[in-house]
Amino acid sequence: MADAIADTRRLFTKPQNLNDAYGPPSNFLEIDVSNPETVGVGRGRFTTYEIRLKTNLPIFKLKESSVRRRYSDFEWLRAELERESKVVVPPLPGKALFRQLPFRGDDGIFDDSFIEERRQGLEQFLNKVAGHPLAQNERCLHMFLQDESVDKNYTPSKIRQA
Amino acid sequence: MSFFSFGQSAEIDVVLNDAETRKKVEHKTEDGKKDKYFLFYDGETVSGKVNVTLKNPGKRLEHYGIKIEFVGQIELYYDRGNHHEFVSLVKDLARPGEITQSQSFDFEFTHVEKPYESYTGQNVKLRYFLRATVVRRLNDITKEMDIVVHTLSTYPELNSSIKMEVGIEDCLHIEFEYNKSKYHLKDVIVGKIYFLLVRIKIKHMEIDIIKRETTGTGPSVYHENDTIAKYEIMDGAPVRGESIPIRLFLAGYDLTPTMRDINKKFSVRYYLNLVLIDEEERRYFKQQEITLWRKGDVVRKSMSHQAAIASQRFEGILNGVRLPSRVFKGESS
Repeated sequence: MADAIADTRRLFTKPQNLNDAYGPPSNFLEIDVSNPETVGVGRGRFTTYEIRLKTNLPIFKLKESSVRRRYSDFEWLRAELERESKVVVPPLPGKALFRQLPFRGDDGIFDDSFIEERRQGLEQFLNKVAGHPLAQNERCLHMFLQDESVDKNYTPSKIRQA
Repeated sequence: MSFFSFGQSAEIDVVLNDAETRKKVEHKTEDGKKDKYFLFYDGETVSGKVNVTLKNPGKRLEHYGIKIEFVGQIELYYDRGNHHEFVSLVKDLARPGEITQSQSFDFEFTHVEKPYESYTGQNVKLRYFLRATVVRRLNDITKEMDIVVHTLSTYPELNSSIKMEVGIEDCLHIEFEYNKSKYHLKDVIVGKIYFLLVRIKIKHMEIDIIKRETTGTGPSVYHENDTIAKYEIMDGAPVRGESIPIRLFLAGYDLTPTMRDINKKFSVRYYLNLVLIDEEERRYFKQQEITLWRKGDVVRKSMSHQAAIASQRFEGILNGVRLPSRVFKGESS
Protein backbone atom coordinates (compact mmCIF):
# COMPACT_ATOMS: atom_id res chain seq x y z
CA MET A 1 0.00 0.00 0.00
CA ALA A 2 1.66 3.23 -1.09
CA ASP A 3 0.22 6.76 -1.13
CA ALA A 4 1.61 8.71 -4.03
CA ILE A 5 0.49 12.12 -2.72
CA ALA A 6 0.11 12.78 0.99
CA ASP A 7 -3.30 13.82 2.21
CA THR A 8 -2.65 17.28 3.59
CA ARG A 9 -6.17 18.64 3.68
CA ARG A 10 -6.92 20.79 6.70
CA LEU A 11 -8.93 19.29 9.51
CA PHE A 12 -12.51 20.38 9.83
CA THR A 13 -12.91 23.66 11.74
CA LYS A 14 -16.07 25.39 12.70
CA PRO A 15 -16.46 28.92 11.35
CA GLN A 16 -15.54 31.75 13.70
CA ASN A 17 -18.22 33.96 15.17
CA LEU A 18 -17.81 37.41 13.58
CA ASN A 19 -18.23 39.07 16.97
CA ASP A 20 -15.28 37.13 18.24
CA ALA A 21 -13.25 37.91 15.13
CA TYR A 22 -13.86 41.66 15.07
CA GLY A 23 -14.87 42.50 18.63
CA PRO A 24 -12.47 43.87 21.23
CA PRO A 25 -9.89 41.24 22.21
CA SER A 26 -10.22 39.73 25.69
CA ASN A 27 -6.56 40.30 26.52
CA PHE A 28 -6.64 44.11 26.77
CA LEU A 29 -4.28 45.29 29.53
CA GLU A 30 -2.46 48.61 29.46
CA ILE A 31 -0.33 49.96 32.29
CA ASP A 32 1.33 53.38 32.19
CA VAL A 33 3.78 54.75 34.73
CA SER A 34 3.90 58.54 34.39
CA ASN A 35 3.72 61.97 36.08
CA PRO A 36 6.58 61.73 38.55
CA GLU A 37 6.14 64.18 41.42
CA THR A 38 8.62 64.92 44.16
CA VAL A 39 6.91 65.56 47.49
CA GLY A 40 8.22 66.74 50.86
CA VAL A 41 11.19 68.92 51.79
CA GLY A 42 14.85 68.50 52.55
CA ARG A 43 16.03 65.04 53.39
CA GLY A 44 12.47 63.67 53.65
CA ARG A 45 11.79 64.15 49.99
CA PHE A 46 10.70 61.28 47.76
CA THR A 47 9.28 60.85 44.29
CA THR A 48 5.91 59.24 43.49
CA TYR A 49 4.73 57.96 40.12
CA GLU A 50 1.21 57.68 38.78
CA ILE A 51 0.23 54.14 37.76
CA ARG A 52 -2.71 54.11 35.34
CA LEU A 53 -4.30 50.81 34.42
CA LYS A 54 -6.88 50.05 31.76
CA THR A 55 -8.10 46.50 31.17
CA ASN A 56 -10.95 44.17 30.29
CA LEU A 57 -9.51 41.14 32.09
CA PRO A 58 -12.07 39.86 34.58
CA ILE A 59 -9.44 39.17 37.21
CA PHE A 60 -8.99 42.92 37.82
CA LYS A 61 -11.75 44.35 39.99
CA LEU A 62 -11.58 47.79 38.41
CA LYS A 63 -11.51 48.17 34.65
CA GLU A 64 -9.75 51.51 35.07
CA SER A 65 -7.65 52.66 37.99
CA SER A 66 -5.10 55.28 38.93
CA VAL A 67 -2.84 55.20 41.99
CA ARG A 68 0.42 56.81 43.11
CA ARG A 69 3.35 54.71 44.27
CA ARG A 70 6.96 55.33 45.25
CA TYR A 71 10.07 53.21 44.53
CA SER A 72 10.03 51.44 47.91
CA ASP A 73 6.45 50.28 47.15
CA PHE A 74 7.79 48.63 44.00
CA GLU A 75 10.52 46.95 46.03
CA TRP A 76 7.88 45.66 48.43
CA LEU A 77 5.82 44.26 45.54
CA ARG A 78 8.80 42.53 44.05
CA ALA A 79 9.72 40.90 47.35
CA GLU A 80 6.14 39.75 47.93
CA LEU A 81 5.86 38.19 44.48
CA GLU A 82 9.19 36.42 44.83
CA ARG A 83 8.13 34.90 48.10
CA GLU A 84 4.47 34.13 47.40
CA SER A 85 4.38 33.08 43.77
CA LYS A 86 6.46 30.69 41.72
CA VAL A 87 7.15 33.41 39.19
CA VAL A 88 10.68 34.38 38.25
CA VAL A 89 10.25 38.08 38.95
CA PRO A 90 12.06 40.46 36.59
CA PRO A 91 14.50 42.97 38.12
CA LEU A 92 13.64 46.54 39.07
CA PRO A 93 15.64 49.50 37.80
CA GLY A 94 18.59 50.18 40.10
CA LYS A 95 18.39 51.53 43.65
CA ALA A 96 21.07 54.13 42.86
CA LEU A 97 22.49 54.42 46.36
CA PHE A 98 25.48 56.31 45.03
CA ARG A 99 23.14 59.06 43.88
CA GLN A 100 22.05 59.55 47.50
CA LEU A 101 25.60 60.45 48.63
CA PRO A 102 26.28 64.15 49.32
CA PHE A 103 28.40 66.55 47.27
CA ARG A 104 27.04 65.61 43.88
CA GLY A 105 27.15 67.96 40.94
CA ASP A 106 23.55 67.15 39.94
CA ASP A 107 20.25 66.67 41.79
CA GLY A 108 21.05 63.08 42.81
CA ILE A 109 17.94 60.95 42.89
CA PHE A 110 15.77 63.96 42.02
CA ASP A 111 17.62 64.54 38.78
CA ASP A 112 15.19 64.72 35.84
CA SER A 113 17.04 62.30 33.58
CA PHE A 114 17.43 59.79 36.41
CA ILE A 115 13.73 59.98 37.25
CA GLU A 116 12.85 59.45 33.59
CA GLU A 117 15.16 56.42 33.37
CA ARG A 118 13.63 54.99 36.50
CA ARG A 119 10.11 55.66 35.26
CA GLN A 120 10.78 53.68 32.10
CA GLY A 121 12.24 50.79 34.07
CA LEU A 122 9.26 50.74 36.44
CA GLU A 123 6.83 50.74 33.53
CA GLN A 124 8.63 47.80 31.91
CA PHE A 125 8.67 45.96 35.20
CA LEU A 126 4.94 46.38 35.79
CA ASN A 127 3.95 45.38 32.28
CA LYS A 128 6.05 42.22 32.51
CA VAL A 129 4.63 41.28 35.88
CA ALA A 130 0.96 42.25 35.51
CA GLY A 131 0.54 40.14 32.38
CA HIS A 132 1.83 36.97 34.05
CA PRO A 133 -1.03 34.52 34.66
CA LEU A 134 0.49 33.32 37.95
CA ALA A 135 1.30 36.79 39.23
CA GLN A 136 -2.31 37.85 38.51
CA ASN A 137 -3.42 35.39 41.19
CA GLU A 138 -1.55 37.26 43.92
CA ARG A 139 -3.43 39.63 46.25
CA CYS A 140 -0.33 41.82 46.60
CA LEU A 141 -0.30 42.67 42.88
CA HIS A 142 -3.96 43.78 42.90
CA MET A 143 -3.47 45.78 46.05
CA PHE A 144 -0.45 47.50 44.52
CA LEU A 145 -2.16 48.31 41.23
CA GLN A 146 -5.68 49.24 42.29
CA ASP A 147 -6.01 49.90 46.06
CA GLU A 148 -5.75 53.44 47.36
CA SER A 149 -2.68 52.61 49.41
CA VAL A 150 -0.40 49.65 50.04
CA ASP A 151 -1.02 47.96 53.37
CA LYS A 152 2.27 46.27 54.18
CA ASN A 153 0.61 44.34 57.02
CA TYR A 154 -1.81 42.59 54.71
CA THR A 155 -2.37 38.85 54.73
CA PRO A 156 -0.85 37.32 51.60
CA SER A 157 -3.43 35.34 49.66
CA LYS A 158 -4.41 34.14 46.20
CA ILE A 159 -7.25 35.64 44.21
CA ARG A 160 -9.90 33.11 43.30
CA GLN A 161 -12.48 33.73 40.60
CA ALA A 162 -16.02 32.75 41.41
CA MET B 1 39.18 -1.58 12.26
CA SER B 2 42.76 -2.48 13.08
CA PHE B 3 45.76 -0.51 12.04
CA PHE B 4 48.95 -2.27 11.05
CA SER B 5 52.48 -0.98 10.69
CA PHE B 6 55.35 -3.26 9.95
CA GLY B 7 55.02 -6.93 9.66
CA GLN B 8 51.66 -7.11 7.92
CA SER B 9 52.18 -9.74 5.33
CA ALA B 10 48.67 -9.98 4.03
CA GLU B 11 45.60 -7.88 3.37
CA ILE B 12 42.10 -9.08 4.10
CA ASP B 13 39.02 -7.82 2.32
CA VAL B 14 35.28 -8.52 2.52
CA VAL B 15 33.13 -8.27 -0.61
CA LEU B 16 29.41 -8.95 -0.77
CA ASN B 17 28.01 -11.12 -3.54
CA ASP B 18 25.28 -8.60 -4.38
CA ALA B 19 27.47 -5.48 -4.05
CA GLU B 20 26.38 -4.36 -7.52
CA THR B 21 22.64 -4.55 -6.92
CA ARG B 22 22.25 -3.92 -3.21
CA LYS B 23 21.08 -0.46 -2.20
CA LYS B 24 23.32 1.82 -0.14
CA VAL B 25 22.04 4.36 2.34
CA GLU B 26 23.56 7.28 4.20
CA HIS B 27 24.11 6.86 7.90
CA LYS B 28 25.60 9.24 10.42
CA THR B 29 28.93 8.25 12.00
CA GLU B 30 29.83 9.03 15.59
CA ASP B 31 31.64 12.22 14.65
CA GLY B 32 28.67 13.53 12.73
CA LYS B 33 29.78 12.78 9.19
CA LYS B 34 27.54 10.88 6.78
CA ASP B 35 28.80 7.76 5.02
CA LYS B 36 27.17 5.26 2.70
CA TYR B 37 26.66 1.65 3.72
CA PHE B 38 24.92 -1.41 2.28
CA LEU B 39 21.32 -1.67 3.44
CA PHE B 40 19.92 -4.90 4.84
CA TYR B 41 16.57 -5.92 6.25
CA ASP B 42 15.65 -8.46 8.88
CA GLY B 43 15.77 -12.02 7.56
CA GLU B 44 17.96 -11.30 4.56
CA THR B 45 20.94 -13.52 3.84
CA VAL B 46 24.39 -11.97 4.08
CA SER B 47 26.80 -13.67 1.68
CA GLY B 48 30.05 -12.84 0.01
CA LYS B 49 33.73 -13.54 -0.18
CA VAL B 50 36.69 -12.95 2.07
CA ASN B 51 39.78 -12.21 -0.04
CA VAL B 52 43.16 -12.80 1.57
CA THR B 53 45.90 -11.15 -0.51
CA LEU B 54 49.53 -11.92 0.24
CA LYS B 55 51.86 -8.94 0.11
CA ASN B 56 54.83 -11.02 -0.90
CA PRO B 57 53.52 -13.83 -3.11
CA GLY B 58 56.56 -15.98 -2.42
CA LYS B 59 56.32 -15.82 1.39
CA ARG B 60 54.05 -18.20 3.26
CA LEU B 61 51.49 -16.93 5.73
CA GLU B 62 51.07 -19.13 8.78
CA HIS B 63 47.86 -18.79 10.72
CA TYR B 64 45.75 -20.38 13.45
CA GLY B 65 42.50 -20.17 11.51
CA ILE B 66 40.49 -17.82 9.30
CA LYS B 67 36.91 -16.92 10.22
CA ILE B 68 34.18 -14.43 9.50
CA GLU B 69 31.68 -13.12 12.05
CA PHE B 70 28.39 -11.31 11.72
CA VAL B 71 27.89 -9.12 14.78
CA GLY B 72 25.08 -6.90 15.98
CA GLN B 73 26.03 -4.89 19.04
CA ILE B 74 25.04 -2.00 21.27
CA GLU B 75 27.76 0.32 22.53
CA LEU B 76 27.11 2.83 25.32
CA TYR B 77 29.56 5.71 25.03
CA TYR B 78 30.04 6.01 28.78
CA ASP B 79 30.85 2.31 29.03
CA ARG B 80 32.98 1.67 25.97
CA GLY B 81 34.63 -1.45 27.24
CA ASN B 82 31.40 -3.44 27.35
CA HIS B 83 29.83 -4.19 24.01
CA HIS B 84 26.43 -5.81 24.28
CA GLU B 85 26.17 -8.29 21.43
CA PHE B 86 22.63 -9.30 20.58
CA VAL B 87 23.56 -11.09 17.35
CA SER B 88 26.77 -13.09 17.03
CA LEU B 89 27.30 -15.59 14.23
CA VAL B 90 30.58 -17.07 13.11
CA LYS B 91 31.70 -19.15 10.15
CA ASP B 92 35.09 -20.83 10.05
CA LEU B 93 36.67 -20.39 6.63
CA ALA B 94 39.96 -22.20 7.07
CA ARG B 95 41.48 -24.48 9.70
CA PRO B 96 44.89 -23.60 11.20
CA GLY B 97 47.56 -23.97 8.53
CA GLU B 98 49.34 -21.81 5.99
CA ILE B 99 48.52 -19.90 2.87
CA THR B 100 50.98 -19.92 0.02
CA GLN B 101 49.07 -17.75 -2.44
CA SER B 102 46.27 -15.19 -2.34
CA GLN B 103 42.94 -16.90 -1.73
CA SER B 104 39.25 -16.24 -1.67
CA PHE B 105 36.78 -17.83 0.77
CA ASP B 106 33.04 -17.91 0.26
CA PHE B 107 30.70 -17.34 3.18
CA GLU B 108 26.97 -17.21 3.71
CA PHE B 109 24.95 -16.26 6.77
CA THR B 110 21.51 -17.49 5.83
CA HIS B 111 18.35 -15.59 6.78
CA VAL B 112 20.08 -13.60 9.52
CA GLU B 113 17.85 -12.17 12.20
CA LYS B 114 18.41 -8.43 12.51
CA PRO B 115 15.85 -7.40 15.11
CA TYR B 116 16.79 -3.75 15.60
CA GLU B 117 17.52 -0.76 13.40
CA SER B 118 21.05 0.65 13.15
CA TYR B 119 21.34 3.77 15.26
CA THR B 120 24.09 6.28 15.98
CA GLY B 121 23.08 8.63 18.76
CA GLN B 122 24.41 11.04 21.35
CA ASN B 123 25.24 8.44 23.98
CA VAL B 124 24.70 5.10 22.34
CA LYS B 125 25.37 3.31 19.09
CA LEU B 126 23.79 0.19 17.66
CA ARG B 127 25.63 -1.29 14.72
CA TYR B 128 25.90 -4.40 12.60
CA PHE B 129 29.14 -5.46 10.91
CA LEU B 130 31.03 -8.30 9.31
CA ARG B 131 34.43 -9.03 10.78
CA ALA B 132 36.93 -11.24 8.96
CA THR B 133 39.89 -12.45 11.00
CA VAL B 134 43.12 -14.27 10.21
CA VAL B 135 44.18 -15.55 13.62
CA ARG B 136 47.91 -15.44 14.20
CA ARG B 137 50.33 -15.97 17.05
CA LEU B 138 51.11 -12.38 17.91
CA ASN B 139 48.56 -10.16 16.22
CA ASP B 140 45.50 -11.05 14.17
CA ILE B 141 44.74 -9.49 10.85
CA THR B 142 41.13 -8.26 10.91
CA LYS B 143 38.81 -6.26 8.72
CA GLU B 144 35.42 -4.92 9.63
CA MET B 145 32.68 -3.92 7.26
CA ASP B 146 29.73 -2.00 8.69
CA ILE B 147 26.28 -2.46 7.26
CA VAL B 148 23.10 -0.58 8.02
CA VAL B 149 19.84 -2.28 8.97
CA HIS B 150 16.43 -0.67 8.65
CA THR B 151 13.38 -2.09 10.41
CA LEU B 152 10.18 -1.78 8.42
CA SER B 153 6.60 -1.70 9.60
CA THR B 154 3.23 -1.78 7.90
CA TYR B 155 0.43 0.67 8.38
CA PRO B 156 -0.79 0.39 11.99
CA GLU B 157 -4.24 -1.08 12.45
CA LEU B 158 -5.19 1.51 15.02
CA ASN B 159 -4.05 5.06 14.48
CA SER B 160 -6.25 7.34 16.50
CA SER B 161 -5.94 11.10 16.32
CA ILE B 162 -4.66 13.11 19.25
CA LYS B 163 -7.21 15.64 20.45
CA MET B 164 -7.02 17.48 23.74
CA GLU B 165 -8.20 20.60 25.52
CA VAL B 166 -5.56 22.25 27.68
CA GLY B 167 -4.96 25.57 29.29
CA ILE B 168 -4.49 27.85 32.28
CA GLU B 169 -7.70 28.61 34.10
CA ASP B 170 -9.21 31.95 33.09
CA CYS B 171 -6.17 32.89 30.99
CA LEU B 172 -5.77 30.56 28.03
CA HIS B 173 -7.76 27.62 26.75
CA ILE B 174 -6.91 25.84 23.54
CA GLU B 175 -7.92 22.63 21.86
CA PHE B 176 -5.23 21.00 19.76
CA GLU B 177 -5.63 18.13 17.36
CA TYR B 178 -3.14 16.07 15.38
CA ASN B 179 -4.62 13.76 12.74
CA LYS B 180 -2.67 10.66 13.85
CA SER B 181 -0.65 9.33 16.75
CA LYS B 182 1.66 7.20 14.58
CA TYR B 183 3.45 8.77 11.63
CA HIS B 184 5.83 7.22 9.13
CA LEU B 185 9.08 8.99 8.37
CA LYS B 186 7.83 10.61 5.16
CA ASP B 187 4.42 11.46 6.53
CA VAL B 188 2.74 14.82 7.08
CA ILE B 189 1.46 16.01 10.43
CA VAL B 190 -1.92 17.60 9.77
CA GLY B 191 -3.58 19.29 12.68
CA LYS B 192 -5.15 22.39 14.11
CA ILE B 193 -5.11 24.62 17.15
CA TYR B 194 -8.47 26.07 18.20
CA PHE B 195 -8.52 29.00 20.61
CA LEU B 196 -11.34 28.87 23.19
CA LEU B 197 -10.14 31.63 25.52
CA VAL B 198 -7.32 34.11 25.01
CA ARG B 199 -6.67 36.51 27.88
CA ILE B 200 -2.92 36.75 27.35
CA LYS B 201 -1.06 38.63 24.62
CA ILE B 202 0.32 35.96 22.32
CA LYS B 203 3.10 36.95 19.95
CA HIS B 204 3.56 33.72 17.99
CA MET B 205 3.18 29.95 18.14
CA GLU B 206 5.44 27.15 16.96
CA ILE B 207 5.66 23.39 16.88
CA ASP B 208 8.92 21.67 17.80
CA ILE B 209 9.92 18.07 17.15
CA ILE B 210 11.94 16.80 20.10
CA LYS B 211 13.97 13.60 20.10
CA ARG B 212 14.67 12.05 23.48
CA GLU B 213 17.38 9.42 23.72
CA THR B 214 17.23 7.48 26.98
CA THR B 215 20.16 5.32 28.10
CA GLY B 216 20.78 3.40 31.28
CA THR B 217 18.44 1.59 33.64
CA GLY B 218 17.09 1.98 37.15
CA PRO B 219 18.58 4.86 39.14
CA SER B 220 21.09 5.84 36.46
CA VAL B 221 18.69 6.68 33.65
CA TYR B 222 19.89 9.51 31.43
CA HIS B 223 17.76 11.49 28.98
CA GLU B 224 19.29 13.44 26.15
CA ASN B 225 16.83 15.87 24.53
CA ASP B 226 17.44 17.27 21.09
CA THR B 227 15.18 19.72 19.26
CA ILE B 228 15.16 18.37 15.72
CA ALA B 229 12.86 21.00 14.27
CA LYS B 230 11.20 24.30 15.09
CA TYR B 231 8.35 25.25 12.83
CA GLU B 232 6.39 28.49 13.28
CA ILE B 233 2.68 27.94 12.67
CA MET B 234 1.30 31.32 13.70
CA ASP B 235 2.60 34.87 13.82
CA GLY B 236 0.45 37.40 15.63
CA ALA B 237 -2.26 37.51 18.29
CA PRO B 238 -5.20 35.12 17.93
CA VAL B 239 -8.67 35.70 19.41
CA ARG B 240 -11.40 33.35 20.56
CA GLY B 241 -12.78 31.13 17.81
CA GLU B 242 -9.61 31.30 15.70
CA SER B 243 -8.42 28.03 14.17
CA ILE B 244 -4.77 27.72 13.15
CA PRO B 245 -3.90 24.89 10.71
CA ILE B 246 -0.80 22.72 11.03
CA ARG B 247 0.89 21.04 8.10
CA LEU B 248 4.35 19.73 8.95
CA PHE B 249 6.21 17.56 6.43
CA LEU B 250 8.45 15.07 8.23
CA ALA B 251 10.56 14.08 5.21
CA GLY B 252 12.67 17.20 5.58
CA TYR B 253 14.04 16.25 8.97
CA ASP B 254 16.65 13.82 10.22
CA LEU B 255 14.38 11.31 12.00
CA THR B 256 14.57 7.65 12.99
CA PRO B 257 11.72 5.31 13.91
CA THR B 258 10.62 5.29 17.56
CA MET B 259 12.72 2.72 19.43
CA ARG B 260 11.38 1.41 22.72
CA ASP B 261 13.66 -0.27 25.22
CA ILE B 262 16.00 -1.79 22.63
CA ASN B 263 17.54 -4.88 24.15
CA LYS B 264 16.74 -3.19 27.50
CA LYS B 265 19.58 -0.77 26.83
CA PHE B 266 18.16 2.40 25.28
CA SER B 267 15.11 4.12 23.83
CA VAL B 268 14.59 6.81 21.24
CA ARG B 269 11.26 8.61 21.45
CA TYR B 270 9.79 11.59 19.67
CA TYR B 271 7.58 14.35 20.97
CA LEU B 272 5.66 17.19 19.42
CA ASN B 273 5.99 20.32 21.53
CA LEU B 274 3.40 23.00 20.95
CA VAL B 275 4.81 26.33 22.18
CA LEU B 276 3.01 29.66 22.52
CA ILE B 277 5.11 32.74 23.22
CA ASP B 278 3.60 35.92 24.62
CA GLU B 279 4.66 39.57 24.36
CA GLU B 280 6.93 39.24 27.40
CA GLU B 281 8.71 36.15 26.01
CA ARG B 282 6.88 33.84 28.40
CA ARG B 283 6.50 30.35 26.97
CA TYR B 284 3.42 28.15 27.33
CA PHE B 285 3.89 24.62 26.09
CA LYS B 286 2.28 21.20 25.76
CA GLN B 287 4.31 18.14 24.86
CA GLN B 288 2.82 15.09 23.23
CA GLU B 289 4.54 11.86 22.27
CA ILE B 290 4.14 10.53 18.74
CA THR B 291 5.25 7.18 17.35
CA LEU B 292 7.43 7.25 14.24
CA TRP B 293 7.76 4.19 12.03
CA ARG B 294 9.57 3.32 8.82
CA LYS B 295 7.48 2.47 5.80
CA GLY B 296 8.86 0.02 3.24
CA ASP B 297 9.37 1.38 -0.27
CA VAL B 298 6.95 0.32 -2.98
CA VAL B 299 7.83 -3.28 -3.83
CA ARG B 300 9.36 -3.18 -7.29
CA LYS B 301 9.91 -6.22 -9.46
CA SER B 302 13.67 -5.80 -9.20
CA MET B 303 13.61 -5.98 -5.42
CA SER B 304 14.90 -9.22 -4.03
CA HIS B 305 12.34 -11.74 -2.89
CA GLN B 306 13.76 -11.74 0.60
CA ALA B 307 13.51 -8.01 0.98
CA ALA B 308 9.92 -8.17 -0.22
CA ILE B 309 9.11 -10.61 2.58
CA ALA B 310 10.90 -8.40 5.08
CA SER B 311 8.96 -5.29 4.12
CA GLN B 312 5.66 -7.06 4.62
CA ARG B 313 6.58 -8.39 8.00
CA PHE B 314 4.39 -6.74 10.58
CA GLU B 315 6.20 -5.36 13.57
CA GLY B 316 3.71 -4.94 16.36
CA ILE B 317 3.50 -1.29 17.22
CA LEU B 318 2.16 -0.44 20.63
CA ASN B 319 -1.17 1.30 20.31
CA GLY B 320 -1.18 4.95 21.34
CA VAL B 321 -2.22 5.44 24.94
CA ARG B 322 -4.89 8.06 25.42
CA LEU B 323 -3.63 10.78 27.70
CA PRO B 324 -5.94 12.64 30.05
CA SER B 325 -6.39 16.36 29.70
CA ARG B 326 -3.54 18.14 31.36
CA VAL B 327 -3.10 21.72 32.48
CA PHE B 328 -0.42 23.76 30.81
CA LYS B 329 2.66 24.71 32.69
CA GLY B 330 3.03 28.47 32.38
CA GLU B 331 6.61 29.62 32.57
CA SER B 332 8.10 33.05 32.74
CA SER B 333 11.39 33.80 31.08
